[in-house]
Amino acid sequence: MIEINGVRKSFGNLEVLRGVDLVVQKGEVISVIGASGSGKSTMLCCINALEPIQAGSIVVDGVNVHDKSTDINKLRRNIGMVFQQWNSFPHLTTLENVALSPRIVLGKSQAEANDIARGQLTHVGLEDKFDEYPSRMSGGQQQRLAIARALAMEPSYMLFDEVTSALDPELVGEVLDTLRLLSDEGMTMLVVTHEIGFARDVSDRVAYFHEGIVEEIGPPDQVLLNPTSEQTRKFLANVR
Amino acid sequence: MDATSVFTDFQFSDLGFLLEAAGRTLLISVLAISIGTVFGCMFGWVLSVAKTAGNITLGLILDVFRSVPLIIQLILFYNFFPIIGFNLSPFAAGTVVLVFYTSALVAAVARGGIDSVSVDLRRASRSLGMTYWQDLRYVVCPIGLRAVLPSWAGVALGVLKDSALVSVLGYVELLRASQILITRTQEPFLIITVVGAFYFALSFPISRLSARLERRWQYD
Repeated sequence: MIEINGVRKSFGNLEVLRGVDLVVQKGEVISVIGASGSGKSTMLCCINALEPIQAGSIVVDGVNVHDKSTDINKLRRNIGMVFQQWNSFPHLTTLENVALSPRIVLGKSQAEANDIARGQLTHVGLEDKFDEYPSRMSGGQQQRLAIARALAMEPSYMLFDEVTSALDPELVGEVLDTLRLLSDEGMTMLVVTHEIGFARDVSDRVAYFHEGIVEEIGPPDQVLLNPTSEQTRKFLANVR
Repeated sequence: MDATSVFTDFQFSDLGFLLEAAGRTLLISVLAISIGTVFGCMFGWVLSVAKTAGNITLGLILDVFRSVPLIIQLILFYNFFPIIGFNLSPFAAGTVVLVFYTSALVAAVARGGIDSVSVDLRRASRSLGMTYWQDLRYVVCPIGLRAVLPSWAGVALGVLKDSALVSVLGYVELLRASQILITRTQEPFLIITVVGAFYFALSFPISRLSARLERRWQYD
């Protein structure tokens, strides 16, 4: 379970998160929608402590993420993250990209790590690309590689930060399909997205972010079709 | 040649003399490049981590070594030690100065290599649970190295050739050896050509190795 309580976060004078409350239950898929700059991505980065917070708390499986005594590297093994820019390691083949962290972080042998990598790459449909370098692959393939790389750590949670925003339109589908697959398998997912259709189909709940707070949260049909907040209504009218 | 002449022709055994001198050029260059690269990488890391503080302290010192002509550094350093009471051999003084000089040049290259790896990519590796040092060792260094290898090779080749300046301290490396032979034989053209060929032979492996690694590391 991820518990976000009254989180505040500023970049200099700009307060990006102004008291975010959100609870992600085990096995739940939550889509986070909202305008650019509303703090969605920043919140994801706070969950695995890529960004520090100024107030409030984030607790993952009972561990306070921003506590000084927390072993953040150990915590991050359990929280996979995939970014808008896929960030594949350009000097490594697809297989090496995925096998690297199981080997050096989890201490698996080379053979074990390669097995894990083959398994996860097959999982996301890249079974014919083991020896390919990322630069030879499409954005969609690189994004699936990034997903496989995160899954190789066998995390309990997956954070997706606008993973289709940088893709050519025709490549969005294959990545969303991979996300659907994970959701079907019961992965706990927090998905920041602009794909309203995806949010409706796949999420258990949808959260609408507005100016650094969760303006509205609930089942997809409720938030997307019958929003109670005026802000949510305005946003949805604009993206439709 | 006239038997009364003080000059003697270039002889085959003189090649041995030049070869020995080439060995000294190689020795001082290898020392400077290897030790200088290690220090340079550490300095480069400091510059990339402590952007402001690093630049106004270490950056300034390195700038001095990069900006003052090497020949002036050599003469100042070599003559400084007798003043404070002990003597340094031309080899020792030359090595120390070349190491500093190489470190300063490599630091800028290494810093560029580290900075060439995007913050986003480093966040991605940290998000996988890698420690700071694992990210540096397995992600930043290999990618940065590939980015700056040609610049590093340029520095190494430059230092190899600049090592000729250590001759002003009396260290008999290639250039000094050639001057000795020219004085004796009065055949500057021949000897300078031979010495040039020696420098080429020393440099060639560095540029070939660099080109080969560059090709092997091409992944697109």
